Amino acid sequence: MPRKILYDHNHDGIDRRGFLECMAWAGTGALCTLSGGALKSYALSDVGRLTEDLAKADFSFVQLSDSHIGFSKPANPDVSATLQAAIDKVNALPTPPSFVLHTGDITQLSKPEEFDTAAQLLKGLKTDQIFFVPGEHDVLDGTGKLYRERHARNPTDQDWYGFDFKGVHFVGLVNVLNLTAGGLGNLGPEQLRWLEQDLRNVSSSTPIVVFAHIPLWSVYPAWGWGTDDSAQALSYLQRFGSVTVLNGHIHQTMLKVEGHITFHTATSTAFPQPPPGMPGASPGPLTVAAGQLRGLLGITQVNIVRGQHALAITDSTLAENGSMEGHL
Amino acid sequence: MKFTGKCVILILAVSLTIASAGGTDTRALTSDPASYLVNIKDFTFSPPTLVISVGSKVTWKNQDDEPHRIAETNRAFTSPPLDTGEAFAYEFKTAGNYKYFCTLHPHMTGEIIVESK
Repeated sequence: MPRKILYDHNHDGIDRRGFLECMAWAGTGALCTLSGGALKSYALSDVGRLTEDLAKADFSFVQLSDSHIGFSKPANPDVSATLQAAIDKVNALPTPPSFVLHTGDITQLSKPEEFDTAAQLLKGLKTDQIFFVPGEHDVLDGTGKLYRERHARNPTDQDWYGFDFKGVHFVGLVNVLNLTAGGLGNLGPEQLRWLEQDLRNVSSSTPIVVFAHIPLWSVYPAWGWGTDDSAQALSYLQRFGSVTVLNGHIHQTMLKVEGHITFHTATSTAFPQPPPGMPGASPGPLTVAAGQLRGLLGITQVNIVRGQHALAITDSTLAENGSMEGHL
Repeated sequence: MKFTGKCVILILAVSLTIASAGGTDTRALTSDPASYLVNIKDFTFSPPTLVISVGSKVTWKNQDDEPHRIAETNRAFTSPPLDTGEAFAYEFKTAGNYKYFCTLHPHMTGEIIVESK
């Protein structure tokens, strides 16, 4: 049973904690609303309340992650079908998302035909735009050339970028290149300098959404689930009242709130991975019993309500009656 | 992608004696006394440390459902991405300690200690 999280920076009667962590693994999801830095959460079984809140959203976007097109092992022999199921799920949302973020591992082996298949499938999304950041599977050649040719915002620029949308500032970061022995994900000094500069002209009251492939918090370093220099990046975000960090890589939903920063990881559209540190497990594809797979895959929807400064994160699975879990 | 002339990519299954998991292993392979095998399984190199003589060849074989890519920390050698069942071999012609890691999963590390004959 997923835990319910209530957290509030603004003393509005909701449970207040300095640090809070939630993990919702396997077949669950999460819905969050960040309201002026206040995070509320609730299970999506509370559909009435959820629907009412989502109806107030000024805009929404969807996060897809870890599609691994080209993977064909027993954990999921048909990742194209499950990506298509995720796309169908997005297209069935009552309100089309303004855009989609894909947080990396689009492909399994960075092959041109894998990128092409993914692009062909993603064309079916009913949305205006898709923003990407690469996963380590998308840059297997060590340079990310194929990824960059297809998905770079501006091929002459660096891979990281920022943009504004309806009062929210978004930052896409790359932490899968130039990795070093014994280390974790890596942003690097050049990207950190850019981030500091990018945020310099953003007012502290502006909601910030940061997205990158590998978690920007230490989920489980023994499995490489963290980013070596994320603390530096997070230090630039401390002054903002509402920061949401969206990651993939670990193929399961996890939520952590620390100060004004909410960390959230998404499920994969391809295959699940074990909970961190599960005895006898390693951070690779997890093969589950037939019929259970789609309950462990999913999409993430984020709704933003201006005025109420609310940002809601909703995870739902690809199962027929996709179970959803929320944090609001 | 950079390859040295000494690198050999082996796609076929390698019928070699498998070095024991964990610890240091200096056993030669039965078919070739100067060939060694490092298994990549469950995101670990096995054995993690291997002591060999100059002129020996080491083959890494990926037995995970995830790709791995091996690189010496100073890039003395770098493999192409190795999908499941694929292997990469390198002949060590110079004595020294060669620390290596997986460029996709850098928490995976190993070492080849090459001793003079």
